[in-house]
Amino acid sequence: MRPRRIVADLKVFGRNYLRNAVGLFFSLIFPVILIGLFGLIFSAGGATTVTLYTQNFDAGSNVSAQFLSALNATGAVQVQLVGPTLNMSSWLGANGHPVGLVIPSGLGSAYLAHRPFAVTLYTNPTDAASSGIAYAAVNYVLTQFNLNASHGSTILFATTANVGSPLYKEIDYLVPGLIGFSILTSPMFAMVDISSTYRKEGLFRQLSLTPLTKGEWLTSKIIWYVLLTILSAALMIGMGVYYFGAHVTVSLEMLPFLVLGPFFFVSLGMFAGSIARTPESAAIIGNIITFPMMFLSGTFFPVSLFPPGLQTFARILPLYYVIDGLNQVMLFHNLAAAAVDLAVIGAASVVVFVLAIVAFQWRER
Amino acid sequence: MADAVHVRGLTKTYGSLAAVAGIDFAVPEGKVFAFLGPNGAGKTTTVEILEGLRRRSSGEVTVLGLDPWDDGRRLHAKVGVIPQEFRFFEKIHPVEAIEYYAALFGTRVDAMGLLRRVALEDKAGARFETLSGGQKQKLGLALALTNDPTICFLDEPTTGLDPQARRAIWQVIRDLRSEGRTVFLTTHYLEEAQILADQVAIIDHGRIIARGTPDEIIAQHGRPPRLRVQAGPGMAPYLREALGVTATFVDGYVEVPLPNKHEALRILSALEGSGVPWEGFATVTDTLEDVFVHLVGRMDDGVLKPGAPP
Ligand SMILES: Nc1ncnc2c1ncn2[C@@H]1O[C@H](COP(=O)(O)OP(=O)(O)OP(=O)(O)O)[C@@H](O)[C@H]1O
Ligand SMILES: [Mg+2]
Repeated sequence: MRPRRIVADLKVFGRNYLRNAVGLFFSLIFPVILIGLFGLIFSAGGATTVTLYTQNFDAGSNVSAQFLSALNATGAVQVQLVGPTLNMSSWLGANGHPVGLVIPSGLGSAYLAHRPFAVTLYTNPTDAASSGIAYAAVNYVLTQFNLNASHGSTILFATTANVGSPLYKEIDYLVPGLIGFSILTSPMFAMVDISSTYRKEGLFRQLSLTPLTKGEWLTSKIIWYVLLTILSAALMIGMGVYYFGAHVTVSLEMLPFLVLGPFFFVSLGMFAGSIARTPESAAIIGNIITFPMMFLSGTFFPVSLFPPGLQTFARILPLYYVIDGLNQVMLFHNLAAAAVDLAVIGAASVVVFVLAIVAFQWRER
Repeated sequence: MADAVHVRGLTKTYGSLAAVAGIDFAVPEGKVFAFLGPNGAGKTTTVEILEGLRRRSSGEVTVLGLDPWDDGRRLHAKVGVIPQEFRFFEKIHPVEAIEYYAALFGTRVDAMGLLRRVALEDKAGARFETLSGGQKQKLGLALALTNDPTICFLDEPTTGLDPQARRAIWQVIRDLRSEGRTVFLTTHYLEEAQILADQVAIIDHGRIIARGTPDEIIAQHGRPPRLRVQAGPGMAPYLREALGVTATFVDGYVEVPLPNKHEALRILSALEGSGVPWEGFATVTDTLEDVFVHLVGRMDDGVLKPGAPP
């Protein structure tokens, strides 16, 4: 492996690639369009009432009963009482509820005595919409109560607290999922096509007359698709976060997946294209490999929502490990689980790289 | 002088087809060798075996002392190649292509100088896909030269080129020879082989049917020089009678063999005495093209049919 030759090949391949508008569209713009499309679908839930799970430790007082019915009367929230024994913060987190309210005992007596008193509103920053609605409704009602009792001086107020564990929305899953989607599709389709057209047009034979080796050539393709993946991941994260409020953590721990993903799929695409005899059969083999992974590895929907049988099937798809790894890093911050995914995709990449080098021939026999 | 290419008993079969059916030849170092033959004769098959792009079925092949298939990587450092249909990355410019090759081979080249040499400098910054067929061939030639090769294999380098471009390529080939490089050339243009080549081999149906310098081939397979006279058909029998020669009438001309220049005087005085009207006269000799048509026309199923005159 000579870096000089890899860089030379990378330059020519990259230029040829960038001068082709169609390739650029599919690898950079298309995933961003996808994320926009799905983001819009998922955020079009409409203005529904937010369920406000409430613990009332002041149930004996008239004031707390009036307070809750005033909240219901806003139409923005619907109070749903929950038992006094549970820990509100972790219960909300565990059950995926974005907002909750705790009324400590003594609200009624404090109000009547014009003594300052706080209720606690739990919100989830990852669901800004629900949190905002609940916050506005609670503060609106509190202000009315304060006006009635003391011409505006603050008696009752709300302190806010975060829900115990973060809550994930579709758009949060969609960002790693669609990064995985572009890690799969853009190298796979390109390499299947390249492997058959270069052979047909004699470009491999042409290259075989130079000192460039198959390993160097394939490495340069891998580097190119790693660069492209990082760029398109950045675009998708940007779109997801700034436009749809996705809550994903961007960290260096993502990088191994953004490298090994393209490494694996460039090699797999080359292997698939090389075992085919004609460009037509190459395309078919490529599609047979690609399509199940496009939908069943957690690209558009988290695998955890699948029926158990399909979840098991997802685990034999290499892309599952890339997307699960990205989820572990970007959403769950579970680096131990990410390391397992990394080991699987890393080992698979080495195997497929070697298979691809063996299968593809510069020269005819 | 050592041989740059040495071939003995070379065969290449595709199923039942013998694309190359046992050929022997050698290319001396520093010479231009032209491989001639009709379509499908086996030229490209042979060249690509020499380049290490195809595996031979049997026979001995060495190029610069190396086995092209097994030692391809070592050989390619010293070889320049234009394939019959040269293709490159569609969106890449000729200058970039040359710089790419130079980086791969680890050589320093003056890309513009090289493009000027093959008369392609005006297209230095054009995408490959926009080049004409001839311009693509020229880029192929420029790329073949980026690694300062000892031997060049040029498979029909001038096919499809206009006369001016063809002459530019001829000049490059002459320069390569004068720089001491060996050139292996395939062509359909007999004139080209006659002008450029030190050695020629004619291949048909996978077999070599003639070999040597152009003059040797003409001397061996061509007809002797003739005196050609523009005259009516009656002149031929008259000359046969008067001089005892094999005069023939073809396409408005009477042709008489001319073994030496003194014979011309005898023929001319016989013409004058014939009383048959005649116009101009000229001496004619066979070109390589005449020999080629004559030889290839006589080939059938790979077997040279003896005797039948053209
Ligand atoms: N890969 C192949 N598979 C089957 N037959 C082949 C293959 N390559 C060449 N042939 C056959 O071998 C014969 C010689 O072909 P080749 O390309 O060497 O001819 P050529 O002399 O270069 O002809 P041209 O002047 O048209 O380029 C032809 O009959 C051709 O059909
Ligand atoms: Mg040919």
